[in-house]
Amino acid sequence: MQFLNTQSTTYHDDVIRKFAIMAVVWGVVGMLVGVIIAAQLCWPELNLGLPWTSFGRLRPLHTNAVIFAFGGSTLFATSYYVVQRTCQVSLFLPKLANLTFWGWQLVILSAVISLPLGYTQAKEYAELEWPIDILIAIVWVAYAVVFFGTVGTRKVKHIYVANWFFGAFILTVALLHIVNSAAVPAGWMKSYSAYAGVQDAMVQWWYGHNAVGFFLTAGFLGIMYYFVPKQAGRPVYSYSLSIVHFWALIFTYMWAGPHHLHYTALPDWTQSLGMAFSLILLAPSWGGMINGMMTMSGAWHKLRTDPILRFLVVSLSFYGMSTFEGPMMAIKTVNSLSHYTDWTVGHVHSGALGWVGMVSIGALYFMIPRLFGQKQMHSIKAIEVHFWLATTGIVLYIAALWISGVMEGLMWRAINADGTLTYTFVESVKAKHPYYIIRTIGGLLYLSGMSTMLWNVIKTATSGKAATANIPAVAAHA
Amino acid sequence: MSDFINNFWPMWITVIALGGIFGCALLLWWTSKIKVAANSDNTSGHIWDEDIREMNNPLPRWWVWMFIITIIFALFYLAAYPGLGSYAGKLGWSEVNQYDKEVAAANKALAPLYARFAAMPVEELAKDKEAKAIGERLFMNNCAACHGSDARGSRGFPNLTDNDWIAGGSPEKIQETITNGRIGMMPPMAAAVGNEEDVKNVANYVLSLSGSKHDSARALLGKEKFVVCAACHGADGKGNQTIGALNLTDNIWLHGVGEAAIIKRINEGKTNQMPAWGAKFTPEQIHVLAAYVWGLSHK
Repeated sequence: MQFLNTQSTTYHDDVIRKFAIMAVVWGVVGMLVGVIIAAQLCWPELNLGLPWTSFGRLRPLHTNAVIFAFGGSTLFATSYYVVQRTCQVSLFLPKLANLTFWGWQLVILSAVISLPLGYTQAKEYAELEWPIDILIAIVWVAYAVVFFGTVGTRKVKHIYVANWFFGAFILTVALLHIVNSAAVPAGWMKSYSAYAGVQDAMVQWWYGHNAVGFFLTAGFLGIMYYFVPKQAGRPVYSYSLSIVHFWALIFTYMWAGPHHLHYTALPDWTQSLGMAFSLILLAPSWGGMINGMMTMSGAWHKLRTDPILRFLVVSLSFYGMSTFEGPMMAIKTVNSLSHYTDWTVGHVHSGALGWVGMVSIGALYFMIPRLFGQKQMHSIKAIEVHFWLATTGIVLYIAALWISGVMEGLMWRAINADGTLTYTFVESVKAKHPYYIIRTIGGLLYLSGMSTMLWNVIKTATSGKAATANIPAVAAHA
Repeated sequence: MSDFINNFWPMWITVIALGGIFGCALLLWWTSKIKVAANSDNTSGHIWDEDIREMNNPLPRWWVWMFIITIIFALFYLAAYPGLGSYAGKLGWSEVNQYDKEVAAANKALAPLYARFAAMPVEELAKDKEAKAIGERLFMNNCAACHGSDARGSRGFPNLTDNDWIAGGSPEKIQETITNGRIGMMPPMAAAVGNEEDVKNVANYVLSLSGSKHDSARALLGKEKFVVCAACHGADGKGNQTIGALNLTDNIWLHGVGEAAIIKRINEGKTNQMPAWGAKFTPEQIHVLAAYVWGLSHK
């Protein structure tokens, strides 16, 4: 059977342009909300005494905006870009791909409206109410059809490693979303989880940890595997390594969720398994970092002049750092100190700002000029500035939260000779104030970097025009 | 173990957990054997998007060892701790017995310290510097969340410094309140009182009891309707500590000041709860805490 897309001589990049621009826009919006809620923790008056602007409602807006709006749009843009170019065939059902764009933006818009209004399923990273959940499921199935359809009609015999990761990400997120969002509706914007008690908690953190593992890791490893070798101009370091770390990663992540529920009502055996597999996860995670870093060998000198490559390499460093920190924090003894503290928040942000943010930014800086028929971004200097703003911002952010997290963990467990707690809870809150201010400054720096990027992207897009890329001839097997 | 409804599930968990761990090891062994016919440039010869190629360098040794070490660690860990279904682990650890042991050890260590206080009556303990300091710390970490760090409470949470007691202020009563908690319940009374006007009149009568600002004509009319309230609050409105009925004559308003607040209570009733602390503290600790609370209004 001949599919229509296999006859096209050009790539279908229109939907990628839209997703790429919106990724940057949502990045600025999501990070702005992040800075606002960070400031609210320093100065509670900024809640304004209104329900719609209170921390409790803006916090899920921030997480949804950065993960699903910024991260999601980046993943759509890059996966559509990468799958076409590495399969050397145009997108399967481009109209459906276009529908995923409008559908996904509708999901984001619904989140932006419903979360401040207080509609929530009260599940972390899965707050959106059931009608929006159904919309997500539909968009996601369409995404899977487009992606796997493109892979299925490829002109290149071997499926490139980036597509394994994108494929695993798309399949698993569908599974996670559908299982965790199962709920009994009780009205148009109200529902009750299909699970109760500790089982609900376990399903939630099975989802929660794999949202990190597949949405924020596997998907972005797909990005890494295309843009690092492209920008460095070097071959991928090791095929064997990519096989072993891919399979070990997607298998092991599935088990790690219970480490979010150490020392709770979750049965002991579940906690232990979660911890053991979280430790095994270290090597598979580092496999991706090593493969990316070693791909750089022979191209390290390019870092001096190429800020895009610098974004990609620093993102890999943060990936390595946070995937080391994660298994350590999954150890029960460490977790009993770190759990419920700012350390966790810092850990998440070293992954989110450092790994996910920087690899996305690097990939977007790579794609956007090409998508608009430009040689390079409007201002390379602005990319340099963005790089330093982002890096300084992350360092301030995570250092502040390491200190405040470990400090409050130690304060909570400090005990007097008479068996009473040395500090009241409010004393630990008070002690964190200066670190919260430093964290806000870190976030502000990261946001200003992202705003610089938005300006640079607008300049690049408006001075160029939508470019049509021809599909090159498939290289003969050497 | 009560977690499992039959024998299948623990077996299933054991099989997939061990299978998964050995599977990782097998995967590592298998991929280390992959030989890709290397081209002259050390790549596999596959080319994507014009210039992406792949080399097949061997797995870094140190990384392979790191992987193996985590696998071995996991096996030892699952032998020592509960993890494989209903197998309890060699060390016999559980989070519940870890907690019990830590609490028992702490209580044992603290016993001599509290033994001195146990023999002292509350009145005396309230003046003891050391007991007072311990009591204050217990209060700040456990009671202050509701009663405030100055113990003056807030709406719905009683002030503990004013010697106005809902359930009794004797040392024994305070001890009882801390140990078992209290539930105060006033049912909605509007139907029993009469119509909307009657409710308003009764509210004004209640205000008159404490000499608060009120409409005396309404208070006069409300007086006879107060009979249904008197069942709990007493004919004189001074309340009843045995059932936790509030004193309405002392101008202390737990659930809000003024006519509107009182009307709301009459219409809606109120259930107010203080949790029990008997499971968290030893009797000796409660003794010290009770002395601190008693001391707040007996300076």
